[in-house]
Amino acid sequence: MKVSVVEGILSANDEIALQNRRLLDKHDICVMNVMASPGSGKTSLILRTIDALRNRLRVAVVEGDIASTVDADRVAAKSVPVVQINTGGQCHLDAPMLHRALAQLPLAELDLLMIENVGNLICPVDFKLGENLNVMIASAPEGDDKPHKYPSIFIAVDAVVINKVDLLPYVHFDVPAFRELVAGMNPEVRIFEVSCETGQGIEEWAEWVAKQAVRAG
Amino acid sequence: MHELSITQSVLNIAVEHAERAEAERILAINLVVGELTGFVDDSIQFYFDMFSPGTLAEGARLAIRRVPARIRCRVCDAEFTLQDSNWLCPDCSAVGGDILAGREFLVESIEVE
Repeated sequence: MKVSVVEGILSANDEIALQNRRLLDKHDICVMNVMASPGSGKTSLILRTIDALRNRLRVAVVEGDIASTVDADRVAAKSVPVVQINTGGQCHLDAPMLHRALAQLPLAELDLLMIENVGNLICPVDFKLGENLNVMIASAPEGDDKPHKYPSIFIAVDAVVINKVDLLPYVHFDVPAFRELVAGMNPEVRIFEVSCETGQGIEEWAEWVAKQAVRAG
Repeated sequence: MHELSITQSVLNIAVEHAERAEAERILAINLVVGELTGFVDDSIQFYFDMFSPGTLAEGARLAIRRVPARIRCRVCDAEFTLQDSNWLCPDCSAVGGDILAGREFLVESIEVE
């Protein structure tokens, strides 16, 4: 006999993500999940965003890495609440991990939570955390072919940040072609061009983040 | 990627529904996997063979229906199947479009006795 099931295979994680979402909504916290390959500038963008929004929003960070507290230490130096999750080997953060991290944060005193996911263009996409916003960083030295090779992440995100634009004169990265391809795959996506090194484009990026945080709160 | 934990989820879902139906054995598990999800059939089968023994799903046939990625061009409304990551509309060469299919990832049904 045939039994109809129609159940998403990732539903176990999704249910905990929903619980996270409900807890965060209760405190009017906007959550931004930042994804990218290692070295693209996730931590740098988070640090720049902290500085830009310091006087407007109360911010906290969750750092995800296989090992070490290198990134959390840099965030802590900005006097911002931060929790480091060491996955020990898992290549992405998942909802249960965030659930445990939330217990260590002063939720009643936050407007914006930035999550730095494990450096990886593939795995984090499938695992909801309870976020409002998904952002990925594509840095200029990585090349402009990544949407062809890793379509899922470019389709899934609300914003794509092209980082390291100060290096454009030295690398092959066709910005207009990249923008056309990404917008073709994901019509609603916002695309930003920044340099976390020089500060170029950060103001426009931070403005967008602040607007999203107000909308979510 | 993650076919191990995915397969464990598939087993949990199938066994839960079989128990609810008071079945003695699962004969088949019907999955729907969209092309844009990136999951590999052989890997799912491999882990299924590893984890199903001793469960209601032991010996069950794993049937995976793959759904091609269908895109509708936003410029000329043509529908096309994504092949080899080519996002260009075959009719008007516009880039990309609305994704109509290809992101499915679910246990559709099980067959039990």
